[in-house]
Amino acid sequence: MTSKTITVARDLLATNKQAAAAIREELRRRGILGVNLLSSPGSGKTTLLEALAGRFRGRYRMAVIEGDIETERDAERIRAKGVPAWQITTGGACHLEARMIGKVLGDVPADLDFLFIENVGNLVCPASYDLGEDLRFVLLSAPEGDDKPAKYPQAFLSADALVLTKADLVPYVPFDPAKAAAEALAIRPGLAVFNVSALRGDGLDELAAYLVEALERLRSGSA
Amino acid sequence: MHELSLVAAVFEVLEEQAREHGAARVTAVVLKVGAMAGVVPDLLESAFDTYKKGTLAEAARLEIVVVPVRLRCPDCGGEAVREDTDFSCACCGSRRVEIVEGRDLVVERVELET
Repeated sequence: MTSKTITVARDLLATNKQAAAAIREELRRRGILGVNLLSSPGSGKTTLLEALAGRFRGRYRMAVIEGDIETERDAERIRAKGVPAWQITTGGACHLEARMIGKVLGDVPADLDFLFIENVGNLVCPASYDLGEDLRFVLLSAPEGDDKPAKYPQAFLSADALVLTKADLVPYVPFDPAKAAAEALAIRPGLAVFNVSALRGDGLDELAAYLVEALERLRSGSA
Repeated sequence: MHELSLVAAVFEVLEEQAREHGAARVTAVVLKVGAMAGVVPDLLESAFDTYKKGTLAEAARLEIVVVPVRLRCPDCGGEAVREDTDFSCACCGSRRVEIVEGRDLVVERVELET
C-alpha cells in the first residue's frame, strides 16, 4: 500500500465560469442585454420587472427568467404583463447557476432586447455565481434598512447598479437612501444608483434610460 | 449556504483523481477557500463529514486553508491583503481596487492510497 500526494489545483467554480462565458458570448452575438437581479426576498424584483414591462411595451422586447425555490408565481405575474417568462424552480438551492440559464436559453426568442434573470431571493449565495449577464443589479428596499451594503459586501462588490426600491415607503421607515448609497459606493465605486418606486413610478424613466444606453453600448460593440 | 453542493463537486474531483491514479482510497484533501468565496469553512467541514460516509474518502482528513482577500490598486500599483471591511488601497487610499485573490474555492491537493 503506497500513499501519494497529488497537486490538483482545481477551481470548483470553473464549470460555472465556463458556462457563464458561453452564455455571455451567445447573448452578445444575438445583441441581447442580459441583466441579473439580486436581492433579499421581498425587496421588489418582480414588481420592478412588471413596471419595466410597462415602460418598454411597444418600444423594446424583453423576456424574464425567474428563479425561485418553489412555484410558478413570479413567471405567471410576468406573463400577465404580456412578457415571455420561464420559471426555474431550484427545489431548495439558494441561487441560480449558469448551467440552469443555459438550458432555457434555446427557448428564448432571438429578437429580444433585454433578458432579465431574477435570481433566487438571497443577498448572499447568488453573488458567487456568474450567469453570463452583462449587468448585475442589486435591489435594496427601504424597509430592509440602509445598513445592508456593509453587511453583505459581496453582493455589492460585483454589482453594476444599485436600485433602492420602495421609495414610496421612505417617509415611514428608518431608511436614509443617501446613507445606503454611500455605503454601497464605498464598496463599489462607480456603482450607478437609482431611487425607484415601482408602484408610484419614481425613477423608472432613469432606470429604463440606463438599460437602453447599456443595450446600445452592447450593440455598438463597446461593452 | 450551498456548501453541500460544493462538497458534491469536491467529490467529483476526488473520484476522478482516484480513477486516474488507480487509487483505492483518498486519505486527505486540502481545500483553499477564499475569505470572500461565500463559503463558511465550518459548514464545509460538516458537509464533507456527512457526504464522505460510504465513499472512497470515508476516512479522509479535510484541511481547509483560508486564502485572505488580496487587493490590487490600478492607481498606484500597490497590492495588499485586506484586513477589515475597508475596500480601499492600503498605499494610496484609492477605492478603485480590484480583488485579485480570495474569491475562489480550489481543490488544491489530495492524498491517495493505492
